[in-house]
Amino acid sequence: MDPLLFLTQALNGLQLGIMLFLLAAGLTLVFGIMNLVNLAHGSLYMVGAYLMAAFQGWTGSFVLGLLLAVPATLVVGVLVELIVLRRLYDRDHLDQVLATFGLILFFNELVRVIWGPAALFVSIPKALEGTVVIVPGAPYPIYRLAIIVVGLAVAGFLSWLVTRTRTGALIRAGAANRTMVAALGIDIGLLFTLVFGLGAALAGLAGAMAAPLLSVESGMGDGVLILTFVVIVIGGVGSIRGAFVAAVLVGVVDTVGRAFLPILLREIFNRSVANAAGPALASMLIYLLMAAILAFRPRGLFSVRNG
Amino acid sequence: MIGRILALGLAAGLLAQPAMAQDKVKVGFIATFSGPGGVLGQHLYDGFMLGVDHVGGKLGGLATEVVKEDDQLKPDVGLQVAKSLVERDKVDIISGIVFSNVMMAIYKPTIDAGVPIVSANAGPSPIAGAQCSPMFVNTSWQNDGPHEAMGKHVQDKGFKNVYLMAPNYQAGKDSLTGFKRFYKGKVADEVYTTVNQLDYSAEIAQLRAAKPDAVFVFYPGGMGVNFVKQYAQAGLIKDVPLFSAFTIDATTLDAQGDAAIGTFQTAFWAFDLKNPVNDKFVSGFQAKFKYMPSTYSAQAYDAALLIDAAIKANGGKVADKKALMAAMKTAKVDSVRGGQLKLNTNNFPIQSYYLLETAKGADGKLVSSNRGVVLADYGDVYAKDCPMK
Repeated sequence: MDPLLFLTQALNGLQLGIMLFLLAAGLTLVFGIMNLVNLAHGSLYMVGAYLMAAFQGWTGSFVLGLLLAVPATLVVGVLVELIVLRRLYDRDHLDQVLATFGLILFFNELVRVIWGPAALFVSIPKALEGTVVIVPGAPYPIYRLAIIVVGLAVAGFLSWLVTRTRTGALIRAGAANRTMVAALGIDIGLLFTLVFGLGAALAGLAGAMAAPLLSVESGMGDGVLILTFVVIVIGGVGSIRGAFVAAVLVGVVDTVGRAFLPILLREIFNRSVANAAGPALASMLIYLLMAAILAFRPRGLFSVRNG
Repeated sequence: MIGRILALGLAAGLLAQPAMAQDKVKVGFIATFSGPGGVLGQHLYDGFMLGVDHVGGKLGGLATEVVKEDDQLKPDVGLQVAKSLVERDKVDIISGIVFSNVMMAIYKPTIDAGVPIVSANAGPSPIAGAQCSPMFVNTSWQNDGPHEAMGKHVQDKGFKNVYLMAPNYQAGKDSLTGFKRFYKGKVADEVYTTVNQLDYSAEIAQLRAAKPDAVFVFYPGGMGVNFVKQYAQAGLIKDVPLFSAFTIDATTLDAQGDAAIGTFQTAFWAFDLKNPVNDKFVSGFQAKFKYMPSTYSAQAYDAALLIDAAIKANGGKVADKKALMAAMKTAKVDSVRGGQLKLNTNNFPIQSYYLLETAKGADGKLVSSNRGVVLADYGDVYAKDCPMK
């Protein structure tokens, strides 16, 4: 195996992981603190991408588009929390799944009604076009590097927010024991709205950053949501640190698996069998990883939940 | 006096009645209108309705009703709507159908119920071969056609080491098989990716390391948008030319943007094919729907024209479906392809495939323009297996 190629693939995996982290950070907070299974988190990611397309089209600038799309997704998230989710906190998880699944259908149809059925286009800013050579012989897209940088910055910000601020202390306390936080006289309703808004903004940021790489279309959040759930289950529900480690782990395992598993299989089986089984097995890898980790740590790598 | 009026009325009624029975044709139009594939259904439906418009709103001179149904890209839903169109709406013909898996689900039950199918898109190999039927006509292409044409083009251009990629499902495998039927050079690698994969950075890095002299991909819909953008962003497009089928067209170009510039596709039709029917179709389509028609719209337009011509050739009757379908074979239809629509023994078109190149048009919008015939008057390899009875 070519070590340089392996390095390139690890970099690709890191970038996919960072992308997943932006989504997982919000979801794990919402799940951990509010005890709410929010299937519509992928829809907020999609809304972020669509708003990015709309605002970039309107302002003609990537940066302005991003600066408008993220707070706008936050507003959408807060509205969803106030109008729909607030009524679901005391219901059981099945009711939450049903209601938030309904939200997925609603948002998928809404973007079709507003923007039509065709996929939208978001361009990369001029300054981030092109490639840069990090690993010799393998030029790497600058935009993907930018995603890594932004993702790491967000991870740093969240780490500061959660460990160094009063809000962060409340968030951690909420994740560990919700009832006690409420009993201490903290306005838990406000905290929930805040956390959900933060999660929505992060999902919006992920969607807006992914928009130039991916097809901005109705339903784009559905597939990525499953990966995100895998990440938060591996990382431990409610833990930002867990989400980060698990996201990078999932990103790297998925990417390296996709790249090298078919090649390895060819050493064992004949070509046509390896070609058919390779991608199927590679797409299973992260679930195998999840099963293996849960077997040893049933609450995930960095569980914060106490009862 | 009263008796005379009654008699007149009765006579008028009697006279009117036989005409009434033939007065109407009802078409059930099944396509995928929701989800990510929904844009294809829209292109297909708009093309069909423009065809109906251009024959005066009356297919075969009969009052025309088109009942539109969404199959949601689910074979079971497709079958359900097909049954309700046949049993409840009592449609004379079923048309549309974007995806082959939906077509395979509705095919037997529909034609067994005595309702003919005029496929405006799906052309799976079983229906072109052993399971062919006089109750089925296709106005697009057998699924392999564009892939075979691209295989021939890449072979003709002298490429010796080509990298192949497709999603890991039946149509993906058929695509690469079709390509290799005409491309005889070395295959650098043949890679199948998970259906609806989002990120291709891993595969693109492998591709770069393999150093092929060209790449051929089949990535329909959103997958094509993801792949083409990421391929261009990796800076590979100028070193390793990108050839594709069903990956870059008028349904995806807006989302792919400049990433698609300099890529090549094959199709049976291009917006700039020079013939009077196509001129009328393209200008009429843009005027009415305010967007660029795709191959989907073009072949559905032909489906409407074929139904119209067949009803006329059958003396304005639609009740006898066998006679109507026989008329489809003999009807003279001026196609958007130029010249008359030619059907093979398996009721699939015999047609030429063109090379298209994507570039910025005069108005700055991206278009895929005709760069000449690759495969002339081509049928398909399955027709020989079709007993047609």
